[in-house]
This record gives sequence, structure tokens and C-alpha cells, in this order.
Amino acid sequence: MAQGTANSATRISSFVLLIIFITLALSMTALILAFNAFSSDPVISGWLILLGFVGVGISMYVLLQARRRIRRLNIAIAPVTTTIECKKCGFKNVREFQRGDYIFKEVEPCQKCKENMMITAIYREVKEGDKDHYRF
Amino acid sequence: MITSASVATLQNQLAQNPLGDNPMSWILNLLFYVVFIVFLFYGQRIQLYVMLREVEGSLHKLRFIKDEGRKTAIETMKEIGKPQIDPTARIDRFLEYFTISPQNLDPAGVVWKLEHIIDVRDVRLKDEVKMMAPSADETQTNNLENTLEAAMALNYIYKVIRHFYLLGKKTLSLYIIMQIQMLLPLIMREAEAYASALKAFSFGQPIGDGAGALVAGRIMHGYKTKKLPKDCVVATVPIEGRTAYVIKAEGPGGNVGKPGDAIEAVIKENKGKIASVIMIDAAGKLEGEIVGEIAEGIGAAIGGPGVDQFKIEESILKYHIPINALVIKEDIGDAVSPMRKEIIDSIDKAIERVKQVILERTKEGDKVVIAGIGNSIGIGQ
Repeated sequence: MAQGTANSATRISSFVLLIIFITLALSMTALILAFNAFSSDPVISGWLILLGFVGVGISMYVLLQARRRIRRLNIAIAPVTTTIECKKCGFKNVREFQRGDYIFKEVEPCQKCKENMMITAIYREVKEGDKDHYRF
Repeated sequence: MITSASVATLQNQLAQNPLGDNPMSWILNLLFYVVFIVFLFYGQRIQLYVMLREVEGSLHKLRFIKDEGRKTAIETMKEIGKPQIDPTARIDRFLEYFTISPQNLDPAGVVWKLEHIIDVRDVRLKDEVKMMAPSADETQTNNLENTLEAAMALNYIYKVIRHFYLLGKKTLSLYIIMQIQMLLPLIMREAEAYASALKAFSFGQPIGDGAGALVAGRIMHGYKTKKLPKDCVVATVPIEGRTAYVIKAEGPGGNVGKPGDAIEAVIKENKGKIASVIMIDAAGKLEGEIVGEIAEGIGAAIGGPGVDQFKIEESILKYHIPINALVIKEDIGDAVSPMRKEIIDSIDKAIERVKQVILERTKEGDKVVIAGIGNSIGIGQ
């Protein structure tokens, strides 16, 4: 059930996509007709150009809004890093977090001195761009 | 005196179209009047529909987060607990659990009543998790319990917002919708924080709230630890010529323990001869403050329902023990999501500040209690 809900929430409905496609197709047709009618009837051509551009604009707007709604649903979770250190020689190894890791856990032997290494830190790094910059 | 000429001018003006002769200007004028009249009579209703739409958008997101939370909880339970039967129905029932806080019309003794209720709740939740995940060890059981609690929180937030949305829609009351719409940004931040907490709990990653526990863990690491009531550990560590009893919740499972009972036990064991109690905890930062900033103060630095704070204050009052507090600043999102690098980097600075407090506030040969408060998930000792 949750899977179904999540899937339907994270993709644009096919009905909306169909409507967007039809509007886009009609708008393009209006623009082509406007181009053909330009020399014979400039007034009709003007109205068709207006109609075509409005149609393209509306369908693009709806598509972008639908994409925006889906993007809003996703929560970006930064990758978590595990730092492993050798207390004897100071050798440091940084790798992606693995289930079962915890701070002060003794892990594989050191590559340099064969002493057991220990997890000293588990953290996530927030990118500089994500941080807020205000004047105060 | 009205002349015949002025009457004629007036007749001319009345005969003219009041909206102008140009058809475009006529349409624009009419449009302006229509919009003006519509906004005059239906302005508030339009505002209400705009707000409802905004709440609806957030409600969609909350439903998505809640469903993802439920899915994560079920998957983690199946993966770690290896249950014989499908735990989905039981988890769904678990998500609807509630706790009724004790009656406080007569406040005397309410702390003990509250403590009892919390204890019963904890035992009940743990038993449920053990039934759903028979293969999980103690650490994994604690992590699963925390995972389910985060899913419960998301479920509750979704239901409350949905309640106000539907109530507002039914009553068309601007005030019901307005209050929820105004609070939405803060509620959404909290929901997003719980969503990332859920991932952290299911993987057993340390969270920002564990900053205090990590400070205590770094101080006590390498020394022999002893179990204390309830779910806490203590290590006796020599610091600057003093004897420090370093307390933290037992890790690496998701657990906050009962630091109130642990501190009380250590104080009693030493017959009240403690020169100072130093508490370290994560604290909510104000906007504009830096994550990982350390602040120093006085008092019992501990959150939660207040039972532990009450017990600590009672114990120190009995023996007139000074209490110092050290907090590591972070916001609600950082507190329940995987620990940020800034917080990890501030741990050594916090230890230095603890040593400084010990040097300044106690004499050589004194005994001090250092309590690192917070969830010990992903933090050993």
C-alpha cells in the first residue's frame, strides 16, 4: 500500500500528461496554421499566434508545476561518513557508513601497523550551498 | 441659475457611454468593476481557498513522508527482526498508540505518576518490538523502538494537520485554516526532521541529540564502566587531580536512559560528597546561532518530560551540590537527524570546557559528576 502511494505521489499522473500533450499538440497546430495564414489573413494569423503561444505557455507551466510538486516531495538526506582511526600510528580511513557501525567500535586491523582500528566519528556533511547566508 | 446651455451639456454627457467609446477600454473598465465587486464580497473566501490549497500541498507531502516512514519501519523490522509472521498489521496498530498524561488538578506527586506512566509505556513498546522482531538483539531492539517512535510521530503530525484541514474545509472558518497555515512551515520542518531521524534510527546512526552522550563517551572511553539504573553506565575517570564519575546512557542502541536515577545513585553512593555536577546536552539553537556552538550556564541541562530534571534537582538540593551546564547548539532538524560534522568537531572543544569548569569550580581531590545527556544511538562507550 505504501509502495503504491509513494509511486503515485512521485510521478506525474498519466491523465495530466495526456492533457498537456493534447494542449501542446493543438497549440503547435495553431502556430503552424498561423504561419500558413500569415500572408492571406494577418488578423486570423495574429489570433492563431496568440492562441498557440498561450497554449504552449499553459502546458509548459502545468508540466513544470507538476515536476516541482514531485521535487518538493523528496527529502534530500546527506550521505553519512564513518571515520576510522588507528590509535597507535594515527592512520585515518574515511568511508561510507555501513549498518552496524558505531562510535568506539573496534574494526579491521590497521593497514600500516596491524593494530585494531576504531571508529572515531560518524557524521553527515552539509554542503556549503545548503547553508543559509544572511547578513546578521 | 440653470441655463438652457448647461442643461444641454448635461444631457449630452448622460447620453454618452459611461464606460468610454473605445471597446477595449470598455472591456477593461467592466473587468475592473467585476474584479472589484468580486473581491469586495468574496475576498476573504478567495483568501481561504488559497490557504486551503497551500495546506493541501503540505498535506500531500506529509502523507508521502508518513507512508515512507511506515514503509521504512516495516522493511527494517522484517530485515532485522526476521519475524515468522508479517508484522505489517501489528506495526499499523503500533502507529496508533497513545499515552494519556496523568491528571494534574492536584499537582502533588504528579512527577511520580508521570514517571510510572512513562515506564509502563516504555515496557509496553519494548515488548511489542520484541514480539515483532524476535531475532533482534538488545541494541537492535532499541533502534527498532526508536524507528517506530519516529514513524508514530510522523503519523500523528499527518493526522493533526489533516484534521485541521478537513475541519477548516467543512466549517469554511478562516481562523481554523489561518492558524494551521501560519504554523505549517515549522510543522513541515519538524516532519522533515523526523523523516531523516527515521533513516538514522533504522541504520543505527548517531543523531545530533547524542552530542552530550558523545562528550561523556569520549571522556570515559578506555576506562572500566559499570551499569547504573536505568540503562546508564558510569566510569570513574581521573581528571586534573579530581575523580570524575562520567555518566551516559548505555550505547550503541537507541536509548536515553534515566540520567536522573543514575546521578542520584552516584550522589548517594558518595554520601553527597560531590563538589559539582556538570551536565552536557544538546540544546535548541536560535536562528542565526552557529551549529555546534558551545554555551555554558547553570542548572540541569536535560530535556524530556521533566521527570529526570526533577530528580536531579531534588538530589543536588538535598546535599547543596552546585550544578553547571554545558550545551551544544543545534536546531530541531539537526537533533534528530544524523550527527552533523560541525557537532562532531565541537566535541573536543566541549571536553576542554568541561575540564576548564572542573579546574575553576572544584579543588584538587574533589569528586565531580559529569553527565552526558542524550540518545546514545550509534555511540558506544
